[in-house]
Amino acid sequence: MKISVTVNGVVHESDVEPRTLLVHYVREVVGLTGTNIGCDTSSCGACSVHVNGEAVKSCTMLAVQADGQSITTIEGMATDGVLHPMQQAFMENHGLQCGYCTPGMVMAATSLLKENPNPTEEEVRLGLEGNLCRCTGYHNIVKSVLAAAAGQ
Amino acid sequence: MIPAAFDYVRAGSAAEAISLIGQHGDEAKFLAGGHSLLPLMKLRLAAPSVLVDIGRVSDLSYIKDAGDHIAIGALTRHMDVETSAVLQEHVPLLAHAAGHVGDPQVRHRGTIGGSIAHADPASDLPATTLALGATYIAQGPNGTREIAAADFYQGFLESALAADEMLTEIRVPKMQGAGWSFQKFNRRAQDWAIVGVAAWRRNGDSGVALVNMGSTPILATSVSGALAQGASVSDAAQLAAEEAEPQSDLNASPEYRVHLAKVLVRRALEAASA
Repeated sequence: MKISVTVNGVVHESDVEPRTLLVHYVREVVGLTGTNIGCDTSSCGACSVHVNGEAVKSCTMLAVQADGQSITTIEGMATDGVLHPMQQAFMENHGLQCGYCTPGMVMAATSLLKENPNPTEEEVRLGLEGNLCRCTGYHNIVKSVLAAAAGQ
Repeated sequence: MIPAAFDYVRAGSAAEAISLIGQHGDEAKFLAGGHSLLPLMKLRLAAPSVLVDIGRVSDLSYIKDAGDHIAIGALTRHMDVETSAVLQEHVPLLAHAAGHVGDPQVRHRGTIGGSIAHADPASDLPATTLALGATYIAQGPNGTREIAAADFYQGFLESALAADEMLTEIRVPKMQGAGWSFQKFNRRAQDWAIVGVAAWRRNGDSGVALVNMGSTPILATSVSGALAQGASVSDAAQLAAEEAEPQSDLNASPEYRVHLAKVLVRRALEAASA
């Protein structure tokens, strides 16, 4: 099926099988491999991207469902070589260890701040309930998100 | 994991969706937010040959004050149910429970109608709308009909919907100031409930429904009956599992679930009575 998807501001016209998952489309068709596949069961959040500005798990959405929609991946966060404030906050607060969950954490955290610009620590923890860090580095992840919120 | 191959068609309206599903027969499934169906398809536990995508039938996404009840379009997303000022005022139990479905990413995609039509006894909103005495509206080739939530759930992942019927609206009575509580017991925040309880109470009236305590969501009628007779909360809670037939799984034995149900019903009723 032919689909037209805006990925990080660029329109991509592709012919995909209906069963193609959005995460496979992003990684293999568009060629953006910053979005990781973790659990592949909509549990871990590593594959989170924005669909029309909201975080979703791209392993649990079909590429054909994204036809005509706007997708943002981790590659679309920095502008002109300057990190997104959330990326910068993760860097400054040691919000990543192995880094595997980080793209999904950044996408979920930016979506969270859009809905709740001044979250409490508890609200950040609840807001990131859909993202797992196997390094268990949650303390500094939460600290990073709070720092990004304070810096807005 | 990749689903088995299927054909994909997109419907622009409920009528078109019903026509499309009728053309394709029993092997076709409606796709709304996809957060119940796609995981099953990835595990190859479901392999429909056709998906009729109703995700863009935008006129079925609404929350309306309809006098004695609130009418919710079947394609209203969990996030919109959770944050609805109308529901927070008139049906706070449902808004609160919607905020406990999955996680924010899931709530951005999943829909109330999809969750109810999927009829998973472990899901939060089937039991919550059952406790609230909701009515579901189904549209088929010959028009619409009302189905009481109490008559809707017929078996594990089985509902009263015919193959060519689509759930279009959920009507939930206003709670009129009733006390309420939603208890969800699980090990990780985003998980399904090992046992969950949705409860409300107003004078002698009450509604109590159980999540993951049988092959369908369970209405704990014995608890409400005892409360109506004047039983104490702790005595009524002892009847929590009278209607239940809990399963064993990795998380819990049936005996543990029965114990949890009694404890959680007591906590829910204490909160709802405060």
